[in-house]
Amino acid sequence: MSAKEDNPLLDEFTRKEYEFGFTTDIEADKVPPGLNEDVIRLISAKKEEPQWMLDWRLQAFEVWKTMEEPDWAHVNYTKPDYQAISYYSAPKSKVPLGSLDEVDPEMRATMDKLGISTEEQKRLSGVAVDFVMDSVSVATSFKDKLAELGIIFCSMSEAIKEHPDLVRKHLGTVVPVKDNFFSALNSAVFTDGSFCYIPKGSRCPMELSTYFRINEAGTGQFERTLLIAEEGSYVSYLEGCTAPQRDENQLHAAVVELIAKDDAEIKYSTVQNWYPGDAEGKGGVFNFVTKRGICETRAKISWTQVETGSAVTWKYPSCILKGDGSVGEFYSVAVTNNAQQADTGTKMVHLGANTHSTIISKGISAGNSQNSYRGLVQMGPRARNARNFSQCDSLLMTDTSGAHTFPYIESKHPTAQVEHEATTSKIGEDQIFYCLQRGLTEEQAIGLIVNGYAKEVLNKLPMEFAVEARKLLSISLEGSVG
Amino acid sequence: MLKIVNLHARIGDTEILKGLTLELGAGKVHAIMGPNGSGKSTLASILAGRDEYEVTEGSITFEGVDLLELDATERAVAGIFLAFQYPVEIPGVSNINFLRTAINSIREQREEAPLSGKDFLAKVKACAQLVELDGKLRDRSVNEGFSGGEKKRNEIFQMAMLEPKLAVLDETDSGLDIDALRIVSHGVNSMRDPNRSFLVITHYQRLLDHIVPDHVHVLAGGRIVHSGGKELALELEKKGYDWILDAQAEKA
Repeated sequence: MSAKEDNPLLDEFTRKEYEFGFTTDIEADKVPPGLNEDVIRLISAKKEEPQWMLDWRLQAFEVWKTMEEPDWAHVNYTKPDYQAISYYSAPKSKVPLGSLDEVDPEMRATMDKLGISTEEQKRLSGVAVDFVMDSVSVATSFKDKLAELGIIFCSMSEAIKEHPDLVRKHLGTVVPVKDNFFSALNSAVFTDGSFCYIPKGSRCPMELSTYFRINEAGTGQFERTLLIAEEGSYVSYLEGCTAPQRDENQLHAAVVELIAKDDAEIKYSTVQNWYPGDAEGKGGVFNFVTKRGICETRAKISWTQVETGSAVTWKYPSCILKGDGSVGEFYSVAVTNNAQQADTGTKMVHLGANTHSTIISKGISAGNSQNSYRGLVQMGPRARNARNFSQCDSLLMTDTSGAHTFPYIESKHPTAQVEHEATTSKIGEDQIFYCLQRGLTEEQAIGLIVNGYAKEVLNKLPMEFAVEARKLLSISLEGSVG
Repeated sequence: MLKIVNLHARIGDTEILKGLTLELGAGKVHAIMGPNGSGKSTLASILAGRDEYEVTEGSITFEGVDLLELDATERAVAGIFLAFQYPVEIPGVSNINFLRTAINSIREQREEAPLSGKDFLAKVKACAQLVELDGKLRDRSVNEGFSGGEKKRNEIFQMAMLEPKLAVLDETDSGLDIDALRIVSHGVNSMRDPNRSFLVITHYQRLLDHIVPDHVHVLAGGRIVHSGGKELALELEKKGYDWILDAQAEKA
């Protein structure tokens, strides 16, 4: 059955404008397109970085020049022209702001449109928001309160200046510069991101949160996030993004590094809603992200992601379970609609003994999209009694979309156990009719069914984020059954 | 309340209803019986607005409105409820959340204010008692892991919550043991009301011992071929359908 002909709703909603497709009119301070040593020196100078940081960037640039863009993922796109991208853009207001009230009203309005009124967040949920527009952090709250506990939560630029030893010691230790093409590029040109340090035995009392947004036409955004949880500490970190509508492709190549020392726990949650492009995928964001965490003895890292945006996604939040008894978790909902392509999953590298990992992946494909799960579970030669459980479910909304699963399993220890379950199903006409008969609209029916399907993952998100994510799932799939 | 005139309908190339005419008054219980494949479930699906069926001729009017012009959601809003023969499972969606969404969606479309949490829960409590549905079933995912009897009780629970004007029960008695049958029938009987009509589709007389109909119709070959009072059901139980079908054949 052709979805479009038989379902006027589908037609209507696939032509629906991207809900967050607005832009903010703020003067930007922007470097001309192109990438060379001079540009890197300029970025570093603008950010008033120390020499070691510049040297690190230049070395990364040398490495990047020798590398080739990977093409093994199940995605198809025209490779960006890296010399046509501008590698730095910062909002013009230069004076450091003491309070949120001093923030540019335009920018405040943007935050309001995104539904993250910072004050409201502050008052209602106790979330400290580090808002990144383009490349520079413009507002950081709750910093004093966190400082009392010895917790550092600031922009990466600030961390390089204020906490150089911590940054220098850990940066690039989980995702080495030469790990892949995009990590090398990011290392050379990253402009900002978040830095977080939780001291030994400390429990971060609030969810730390960052909202990212690409705002300048033709600006690549290269965030760099580093999160260090010292022995026995705990932190929950939220990251969410929406991007305004643009006609040219926007490259997003972030690197996130998590370090969980002995007995530490990090929860890292993402709701990703970059602009997916028009119905043909034109103009959408390319999201090529490297996210990885390392767990020392008995440490635990949980990745939870709800991915609905981007034209092309290439993303594998991973855990290196180095210490004995460490735990890695990956919970993911990836939605693709129209012409979106996603190749996403995780790597669980079990090095230590008695390490455990859990992977729950829920893919939802609508329109003409392609949605792939790619996962590696590796049991090393020391991984005695290591265990993994993987569950990969795919839900097809249309006959023209695709769902693919590429599980890789390598075991080098005879006692290691790996379980993999996979299902593929099509959204039931019967389920939808049942809902309609009870008085639900088709949109409500799909929202309800899809949220039910993804519940196991949504339940892993912190409360206030889960509400937002549910809404996002329904919006992303409105009228997309066929 | 409901008036069906000369209804012809098909699925694919197969014509299933071939000139069905039926009228239901307000507050009445009509039973439809008939051999397998006569079109009983098709009639239920068409009334609820399932779009695989194509109506080729005839009309359905519900309270003066052309029902065929309404989609499934609009029909639910208009007050039509179908108790499914095979209730559908919706994993991960709690029964309560499902019903709350349904009730408030209907209210919104009727331009009524949403039901408050307190009123909703009070109603849930009352309706659940009616069909002896325990708390666990109310909180579990819609029909997931329910036994056959639990699913049917859940249908009647939903009916009680939604308070339809016309309830179509499609073989609600199939797969029920004696106790479940009694519970389900009690639920239906409690809901009988001068402003509410029931169309009870069944294979068996035994349901009609519990839910006593005002009228009984025999559906065969896509048409109502015989109608009578409640005693017709007993006669059918004893004599089967052949005598009616034979009489039909003679007439033709």
